Amino acid sequence: MSTASASDVPLSEATTSLQRSASFTRLKESGIRSLLFLCAALSILTTLGIIAVLFSNAIYDVSPRQVGRDGEVRPNEAFFQQVSVTEFVTETRWTPGYTEKHFGIMPLVCGTLMISGIAALIGLPIGLCSAIYLSEYAAPRTRAIVKPVLEILAGIPTVVYGYFALVFVTPYVLRPIFQDMLGFDVGVFNAASAGIVVGIMIIPMISSLSEDVLRSVPRSLREAAYALGSTRVDVSTRVVVPAALSGIIASFLLAISRAIGETMAVTIAAGQTAIVTADPLGSVATMTSYIVNVSKGDAVIGSIEEKSIYAVGLTLFLMTLVMNIISQFVLRRFREVYN
Amino acid sequence: MSDQEIEYAALLKGRHRISTYFEWVCRIATISALLFLAVLLAGVTWQAWGWLDTQFLTGFDSRRPAKAGLLAGLWGTSWLIFFTAILTVPVGVGAAIYLEEYATDNRLTRLIKLNLSNLAGVPSIVYGMLGVTAFVRMFGMLSAADGWTIAIALGFGTLEIPLPLGRCLLAGSFTLSLLILPVVIIASQEALRAVPPSIRHASYALGATEWQTIRHQVLPAAVPGITTGIILALSRAMGETAPLIVVGAMSYVAFAPGNLDTPMGAVQDPQRVLDAPFDVFTSITIQITNWIEQPKEEFQNLAAAGSLVLLILLVVFNATAIVIRNRAQKKITW
Amino acid sequence: MNSSPTVVTANDNAQNEEPRVDVTSTDAAAATPEESGEASVRTSRPVVAESAITDASHAVKVRAKNVDFFYGTNQVLFDVSLDIPEKSVTALIGPSGCGKSTFLRTLNRMNDIIEGTRHTGDILLEGTDVYDPSIDVVLLRKRVGMVFQKSTPFPKSIFDNIAYGPKVAGLKNKAKLAEIVETSLQRAALWDEVKDRLNSSAMALSGGQQQRLCIARTLATDPDVILMDEPASALDPKSTARVEDLIFELKKNYTIVIVTHNMQQAARVSQQTAFFFQGVLVETGDTHSLFTNPTEKQTEDYITGRFG
Repeated sequence: MSTASASDVPLSEATTSLQRSASFTRLKESGIRSLLFLCAALSILTTLGIIAVLFSNAIYDVSPRQVGRDGEVRPNEAFFQQVSVTEFVTETRWTPGYTEKHFGIMPLVCGTLMISGIAALIGLPIGLCSAIYLSEYAAPRTRAIVKPVLEILAGIPTVVYGYFALVFVTPYVLRPIFQDMLGFDVGVFNAASAGIVVGIMIIPMISSLSEDVLRSVPRSLREAAYALGSTRVDVSTRVVVPAALSGIIASFLLAISRAIGETMAVTIAAGQTAIVTADPLGSVATMTSYIVNVSKGDAVIGSIEEKSIYAVGLTLFLMTLVMNIISQFVLRRFREVYN
Repeated sequence: MSDQEIEYAALLKGRHRISTYFEWVCRIATISALLFLAVLLAGVTWQAWGWLDTQFLTGFDSRRPAKAGLLAGLWGTSWLIFFTAILTVPVGVGAAIYLEEYATDNRLTRLIKLNLSNLAGVPSIVYGMLGVTAFVRMFGMLSAADGWTIAIALGFGTLEIPLPLGRCLLAGSFTLSLLILPVVIIASQEALRAVPPSIRHASYALGATEWQTIRHQVLPAAVPGITTGIILALSRAMGETAPLIVVGAMSYVAFAPGNLDTPMGAVQDPQRVLDAPFDVFTSITIQITNWIEQPKEEFQNLAAAGSLVLLILLVVFNATAIVIRNRAQKKITW
Repeated sequence: MNSSPTVVTANDNAQNEEPRVDVTSTDAAAATPEESGEASVRTSRPVVAESAITDASHAVKVRAKNVDFFYGTNQVLFDVSLDIPEKSVTALIGPSGCGKSTFLRTLNRMNDIIEGTRHTGDILLEGTDVYDPSIDVVLLRKRVGMVFQKSTPFPKSIFDNIAYGPKVAGLKNKAKLAEIVETSLQRAALWDEVKDRLNSSAMALSGGQQQRLCIARTLATDPDVILMDEPASALDPKSTARVEDLIFELKKNYTIVIVTHNMQQAARVSQQTAFFFQGVLVETGDTHSLFTNPTEKQTEDYITGRFG
């Protein structure tokens, strides 16, 4: 097809070489590249570090005895080298500090789930409704102000939330309602106050992420629904929310995972009673609060009590990891559909 | 109108009513979230009222509430954030540059990216457990009871690095640094991605190398976004408590790291600056936690005053980030 | 019509040297109202430049031999062979997506930046295969400069924009840099407009000035070949005229390859024209004969405005 004649016209002579030379510049370029790669690889190293620390202290330690310079031999066996997995999973008592030691994770998981459940009860509906309001109803100016203000909630240090739960929520909200009016006994430390503040804490996570997701639902879909004679609530609840459902679920999972990993508010407000209970007005211990309390105390390094926090930490890590992975998977599926 | 039409009109009226209710439910949810924020801030301010004074800001902790102050925590947090920034910024920005500018889409890159988003979701307390093992005890590899000390003589003093690090400030900074690294990397990646590819192409077309293009074009354009991300990440580090407790921050300390309690002290005795990173430490958040746990009522007011100081610092941090972002937006429009 | 005196001189020279051929009638059918307006702005300028392609004094600067190009599995260029003579303007025309921009970008390997691209065939710059593994692509791009459709000033001062190329190439001498900046801006006919504000931001220049800045910036790296990807498509008619004048002037010293949607522009500025259609180089020849007497039916259809 080409009509270019590439024969008789002479090629112009080469003036300068284009050959690459082993110059300092090239060396520098590849040096920088490698250095930057190492920076990126550090994140992998962090993960490996976390896994190594949890594994070697909780599951199996390659050097079960450590010898100090003074010749003193210290035991250093991992948690599950001393406690069976069966006991850890099925036992309902958690008493590492007592003389009669029991290592059943159930009370801690139970406390964690109760607080996360209360938090979800508060955070999910408020977060989702805020997201719908911001995405479907609010004027652009309102949204531009309200969204960053809501995000302040996520920026407040968790210790302040703990303080708020202990000093305000329990005495001024829970006591008047549940103790004075309904006659229940509300403890100074209770799961409900911790759950409520954690719920407030996760509102912006849900509202921000869900709002992004709702807004990325194409306008054509909304217009089509309106053209079929839908009211606004029909469009929001029957078209937009279902279309964005996977993204919303992802935000829920992320928020709950955050609630499970939340530490200080829970440690301060929920107390440290490791029991399997269904009473939200009593004190409970969670996985995170247990880790903090052992770290604060003076458990001997290498003792079973010290090792137990790694077993708890491993459980916590796995729970949050699974939730994060699922939410990312769901979110990616959502983005594939609409982007 | 036919019966069907009348029925539809009646139904429609109901549907409109539901629509209005629904809008109000959503509006009230949003308002209640804003209300939580207002109540929380008002409550803390109310409790702190009268307690946030110069004595509080310039005094060390005490068993007597009237004499207790936040100074050790202020110094501790300042040092922690300073070292965390030094450790995090080069590595975080470097990693983001690699991922955005160099990395090809292969299995390793995907693994790093997946890993980053997972790390961002790991509870902070787990980082504390990594920190106590990796930095405080250094995996027990240097497990001699009294450890080693590397002493480096500098002109103005001696830098004494204990190995393993022990429950020192630097171990806390390392831990916080790992904690916020994913946040910094992800924010920096976004800032780099916002630089239009045309700038890179134009630079390549002028015979610039990859690094020259990044160094002279991409990075300067992305600096405002990166700075904003770093500041937000550092303010997260500033509010952290749990990992510091696990790493071994002291709940009651009546001196600043390295005994350096005035900025002038650094000039008068530079050795204090060298001692500070390896000294025991506390932080604003740790002091607040400690006060909350005290039985005496007045300590609750101190906790509120500490919280208020922390919140003010965070507002200053975030306001800086917003100012930087707005300025940059005005200056550069693609 | 032209405000810059240097450019007027260039036109006068051109008018004296080249025979004027009017092909406006040929592509009148294709001209949109906007294009007609554009044409009216520069009635005093030559509408078709010289036909110099057969002139033996123009040796072949760049030779493309049997170039195929792929984005992933999608082939976008089919067996393209084209000789680009030195010190002249070669225009690449054709409808959107015909591969002309892709071809342009193979000449300085800008396509390398896009992942998953692949090519076969050779691109020879002065007889050297630019895709040879031993070739330093940075050096290649310094020799084969490029100006983009959208002006891409760096968010820096005018001076820093021009000095960027020499600086990254390692030039540190301030006086020398200043000299390069001045001559480059003069060659790009921008000096008089910006000489008093070299330190102000390049982003503040008008669209046409920005594009000439980008051309000046390319000149500052002292290239042999300048690739232009629709350099005037985002400009108003007056700025377009100035950029075209500039191209006309630059061809005395540089080999220029220009991609354009605007056939009148191709006719005005180029000596050789290559018509691409669906990834195939359909026809190439000296601009005058290709526009007045195309051999291929597809070419004729395109230049008479039946499609594209």
